[in-house]
Amino acid sequence: MITGRFFAAGADRRIAITIFILLAAAIIVPLLNLAVSPTSAFYVPAYIVALTGKYLCYALLALALDLVWGYCGILSLGHGAFFALGGYAMGMYLMRQIGSRGVYGNPILPDFMVFLNYKELPWFWYGFDHFWFAAIMVLAVPGLLAFIFGWFAFRSRVTGVYLSIITQAMTYALLLAFFRNDMGFGGNNGLTDFKDILGFNVQADATRSALFAASAVMLALAVFVTWAIVGSKYGKLLMAVRDAESRTRFLGWRAENVKLFAFTVSAVMAGIAGALYVPQVGIINPGEFEPSNSIEVVIWAAVGGRGTIVGPIIGALLVNAGKSWFTGVLPELWLFALGGLFVAVTLLLPKGIIGMWDSWRGNARALRAASVVEEAAAKVGVASATSKPARSPARNPGEWSWSDPEPQAAE
Amino acid sequence: MKIFHAMGLTLLLLLTTLSSSGAAEADLRAIIAKFATVTDFSETGAVVQELTATGDPAVERPLAALAEGNLYIRTADSMVFVGKEGDENVQLFDPLSGEAAGEASEDDITKITVNNTLRRAIRDALGTLTLGSKDPTVRIAAADTMFKTPDAANIEPLDAAIASETVASVKALLEQARAASILVSDKPDADKLAAIALIGSRGDRDAVSLLTSVEANASGAVKDAATAAIANINSTLALWDAGQNIWYGISLGSVLLLAAIGLAITFGVMGVINMAHGEMVMLGAYTTFVVQQVIRTSFPGLFDWSLVIALPLAFLVAALVGLVIERGVIRFLYGRPLETLLATWGVSLILQQAVRSIFGPTNQEVGNPSWMSGSFDIGQLAITWNRLWILVFALTVFGVLLYVMKRTPWGLQMRAVTANRRMAASMGIRTPWVDALTFALGSGIAGIAGVALSQIDNVSPNLGRGYIIDSFMVVVFGGVGNLWGTLVGAFSLGIVNKFLEPYAGAVLGKIVVLVLIILFIQKRPRGLFALKGRAVEA
Repeated sequence: MITGRFFAAGADRRIAITIFILLAAAIIVPLLNLAVSPTSAFYVPAYIVALTGKYLCYALLALALDLVWGYCGILSLGHGAFFALGGYAMGMYLMRQIGSRGVYGNPILPDFMVFLNYKELPWFWYGFDHFWFAAIMVLAVPGLLAFIFGWFAFRSRVTGVYLSIITQAMTYALLLAFFRNDMGFGGNNGLTDFKDILGFNVQADATRSALFAASAVMLALAVFVTWAIVGSKYGKLLMAVRDAESRTRFLGWRAENVKLFAFTVSAVMAGIAGALYVPQVGIINPGEFEPSNSIEVVIWAAVGGRGTIVGPIIGALLVNAGKSWFTGVLPELWLFALGGLFVAVTLLLPKGIIGMWDSWRGNARALRAASVVEEAAAKVGVASATSKPARSPARNPGEWSWSDPEPQAAE
Repeated sequence: MKIFHAMGLTLLLLLTTLSSSGAAEADLRAIIAKFATVTDFSETGAVVQELTATGDPAVERPLAALAEGNLYIRTADSMVFVGKEGDENVQLFDPLSGEAAGEASEDDITKITVNNTLRRAIRDALGTLTLGSKDPTVRIAAADTMFKTPDAANIEPLDAAIASETVASVKALLEQARAASILVSDKPDADKLAAIALIGSRGDRDAVSLLTSVEANASGAVKDAATAAIANINSTLALWDAGQNIWYGISLGSVLLLAAIGLAITFGVMGVINMAHGEMVMLGAYTTFVVQQVIRTSFPGLFDWSLVIALPLAFLVAALVGLVIERGVIRFLYGRPLETLLATWGVSLILQQAVRSIFGPTNQEVGNPSWMSGSFDIGQLAITWNRLWILVFALTVFGVLLYVMKRTPWGLQMRAVTANRRMAASMGIRTPWVDALTFALGSGIAGIAGVALSQIDNVSPNLGRGYIIDSFMVVVFGGVGNLWGTLVGAFSLGIVNKFLEPYAGAVLGKIVVLVLIILFIQKRPRGLFALKGRAVEA
């Protein structure tokens, strides 16, 4: 049944094309890097492979955020924390793979532990010499944190900006914690100097290409999973919670469980993104927990178009390509550009690039007949106005037309 | 016959010593002259002791010079001088009177060398001598030195000093120094017990360290008394430590209050999450910097007034920027708080980079006016003036704001809009104006907070970043739309933070506080003092 929908027309075709492009890139880019001679016009240099691989990880992170923000209305300002936790789990595996090749040549303890006078491996490092264990941790640690955090937060109905602020506090607390040397995660310097992954040299072109391919495949998989979630009955519930949480609750649904599921799935996706990111950039340090990083992820999703599946991917790729270009050419101006982007997108492009594209084509018929996905995309602008506290139906019975947007006192 | 001769001579000597200072000066000069013949440190030490034994305050000058290595011997006539090294030659002064006695090249004079043992001996000797000084602060310093380096030989000069001392507070210090000296002497135990009681009543860390050494060396009743006194002092000190922590907490709380109070207004009235709030604080701090620069170059005499001048300017600058942000960006995003959050974050990035481009990325030097530097003690509490003034300032701002909110028409309108926007609009309140002015007010308060924070923090483009999360925590913890909540939130967070610090360390303490707040919000999602409403969701 899902496959039937998958090959259908409209927005689903957009998903299919995206997955197709990603899978094709996973094959073609490594081929162009490895099999084509460096003099050829089609040759893709290794650094481009690494760079785009990194962007794909960001895109996966943005997609994860979009699942909770675009489809469920939870603006998490702490998704960078899940990303970094996944990255640390992978980093710990890579650290253990160094073995006795470190500067101090200790076969058990990573360099920084020798340096900090650790006598034996802390208990939470056990098992990280096996890839399967690290892989499970990449999924489990962010997922568990999100589950516990969400279980508390959603149960006590912490919503809106309050939730945003405590997610920010969460990543800030983790930032401070990971900066401490006593934590046993390398403190300020984090984990770096990786040598091998699964027995292959991390620096080698072939490994980099493989990591790129893995990122692309994983992103394609995430797109498919998100599409399947959003298109299911559960997806409708997700959007119902986003648009009118109390109404959904009054209809007998458990809004907190709906949110908790989305939040946890999203955190696991973010963790995977982090785990793929770390071997490609070769370092993970507490800076990844910076609250500003998490907010930047939000703008990627917003630029591309939240509440769409393709949007966050396009947004992440575009903004990061812009960042790379700006910081190379005009480093002074990058923060102006980024800040301007935040303001411009929220003011002028509330639906993002995808939303603008759709309305620009003026294809009203496509909009009306579109599947859930596109409906969601079109709805975002209106939805946010109706879903806000003081405009909740229970408070303002009947139709009250108010021409201009108005501020709402926080309650 | 010979005996008579000797007696007569002694009598004569005694008379001259008592009657004329000229003769005493001659004696002193005779002793000082011995410096010219010393060959090693022990001989120098003997001369120093001889000088000290005279008990004449006049020997302070040559001894001090000796300790600093400024006492010279002129090779030509073996005369001793206090020297002051000039560009080429050494200026010579008379060792007793301090009168200038010409110059000499370095080749013509020899420096009397001293080692650390000698320096300590001289310092102790000077401590004894200065007991007789006319200046009470010098006497206090001397008593303090003697307390910290007790010596049985000090008892007699101290007895003399106590007898002649007229100032009660100095006398108490002298008696404590005497008690300390008794403890290291071989006096009977009864005296020592009395001394321990006296020192125990002093009750500071110096007393503890002194008593600890006594405890280690003594036995029997004295040891027990010392142990008891130490325990007693330590329990008092623990109280003082708690007091100090409370003070630090209050101080941190006042900083948090200043940073958060503007946020509380905009968030409470308009529901706007202003991520650029920290940058308003930064703008205020930079305004202070600019004001101080102008004052330094043009009106140096006004430096002590720089903060007073900067306050209204910082308010205006930040309020103006706030007004522009509200009219230019936030106005279009009302009803969409999450998007406001993103847009103001963008504004904060732009403001930061703008300041970085104009002033550079490094920390700027903002000076403390004289009335804000230094500190004073209350008991064992050390309180710095700038922290105290910031506390006073924060409470003043809070009071003024409370007055504005509760007693002025504008405040009434703000509260009306907070309570029920549509009803307020129906009553003729121009809600857009209230919004704009409220936002400007909140920003302006952040600006004046920046003036205060420039005194205790680094003024750099990142200044605001450090405060934004803490400010949010305060507002969310205290409850939105309630100034008292912000006050209670700021001070309780500050105090809890500082109380955790000694046990958990600064960073871990902060993490614990963050986790506690996250848990607290689960329990009371609307903060300590939530506004009551009948909304099904809020």
